[in-house]
Amino acid sequence: MTPSEGNGGLVERKVVLDVVGIENTLESLTRELIEAHPPDTDILVVGIHTGGAHLASRIASLLAKNGVSVELGMIDITLYRDDVFIGLPRPEVGPTQLPSSIAGKTIILVDDVLFTGRTVRSALDELIDYGRPHCVQLAVLVDRGHRELPIQADFVGVSIETTRQHSVRVYLTESGSPEDRVILYESENRS
Amino acid sequence: MTRTFKHRHLLGIEELEAEDIFLLLDLSERFLEISERPLKKVPTLRGKTVINLFMESSTRTRGSFEIAGKRLSADVINQSSSGSSSSKGETLLDMAKNLGAMNPDVVVVRHRAAGTAHFLSRHLDASIVNAGDGMHEHPTQALLDCATIRRHKKQFEGLEVAILGDVSHSRVARSDILALTKLGARIRVAGPRTLLPIGLESLGVEVFDRIESAIEGADVVMALRLQEERQRSGLIPGNREFSRFFGVDNSRLALAKPDAIVMHPGPMNRGVEISPEVADGPRSVILEQVTYGVAVRMAILYLMAGSESTE
Repeated sequence: MTPSEGNGGLVERKVVLDVVGIENTLESLTRELIEAHPPDTDILVVGIHTGGAHLASRIASLLAKNGVSVELGMIDITLYRDDVFIGLPRPEVGPTQLPSSIAGKTIILVDDVLFTGRTVRSALDELIDYGRPHCVQLAVLVDRGHRELPIQADFVGVSIETTRQHSVRVYLTESGSPEDRVILYESENRS
Repeated sequence: MTRTFKHRHLLGIEELEAEDIFLLLDLSERFLEISERPLKKVPTLRGKTVINLFMESSTRTRGSFEIAGKRLSADVINQSSSGSSSSKGETLLDMAKNLGAMNPDVVVVRHRAAGTAHFLSRHLDASIVNAGDGMHEHPTQALLDCATIRRHKKQFEGLEVAILGDVSHSRVARSDILALTKLGARIRVAGPRTLLPIGLESLGVEVFDRIESAIEGADVVMALRLQEERQRSGLIPGNREFSRFFGVDNSRLALAKPDAIVMHPGPMNRGVEISPEVADGPRSVILEQVTYGVAVRMAILYLMAGSESTE
């Protein structure tokens, strides 16, 4: 999907981050991650399918460039959602790829947008089913507020003010977008 | 983009289109991974009730559905014919009404009468999954066969599949023929004429009298179970003669493509329709079929348990 098509009654309000903005934000997130963990930490970076998985992979490469080698994984939270059977069409199930054991690891959970916190709740439940990590920390590209659960990110790229009628979408070249962008939309028929 | 499964019930392959089958196969690949996790369970069907109603003996299919339901956190209840009220004279309709009164989300049914699943789908609010009805269909077996074939052959277009033996009495063969034909594979069958149904050609199937001709150049060789009662009912002279002319052994398998795979829906009669060397040989994917069986049934239960009762 590109920013100009298929947004079902959504009007573009503003570009939150452009190509350079995303690059800089990921680099500063990476620096924060390096500063927050001693060099010998057993780190597993886990992206939430799909946007978070792409970002996790970019962060892992940036960490590697800075001499920090980490493991990379991804999870799909469809089967752990609290709304899996509410509303059709039924979501498709994506891949989950984690090392055979996550026990004792420091997990950096990565997602593109932090909103209600329900996705993160599902991801935490799924991770815990795989074992007992040393800790789980959350890194997000965009925090747009409006949490419905007591969940906060440990590492935040950018925080933006939004209303519930807004929609924040992250477009990445890995998902077939012509260029990386984060865009804030507003619903056309706002009441 | 997002695909949807339009069906509330899985009554047969006949009702499905190729895109439905591909959706199920793709989903099954995802569910396969859950069975390899250290904790083989996801909470998806928590609070959903699945009733396994098996009015005909079965260990593998029932166990497979039970494991599938449990790995998705559904509550699975097994009811079998022995010890059920059918042996006390209850009609199927009364049984259906009683099951319905317990509000199950999915009823998986096996029965010796063709059409039982269709009958239940008209009298119950639950989603019905056909786990074998008489000589009619066994759709989940066909789906797991397709999933196994796709893993090894990647695609179905132009694939030559030989289905061998007692085709007449086999709901597996019927569902497999329907599914594989819809996906673009070509089917050949061979067996004693007394065990081949009339009008097979109308399904687009090529019929051979000699098993060697059917196996020659095949990508997939599927042996069907020979039921013991076929001999008693006089359809074949004996198991030994059947084995001599229609059993899949190494010398016959050598006629197939070098990378051909061997399948069997189970349970096997070793030394009758399939020789032990072939069943345990390097080309056998028989146990993979069983593994895929759980994944396919998880995909089905996932789609069925969440479907609305009003279409």
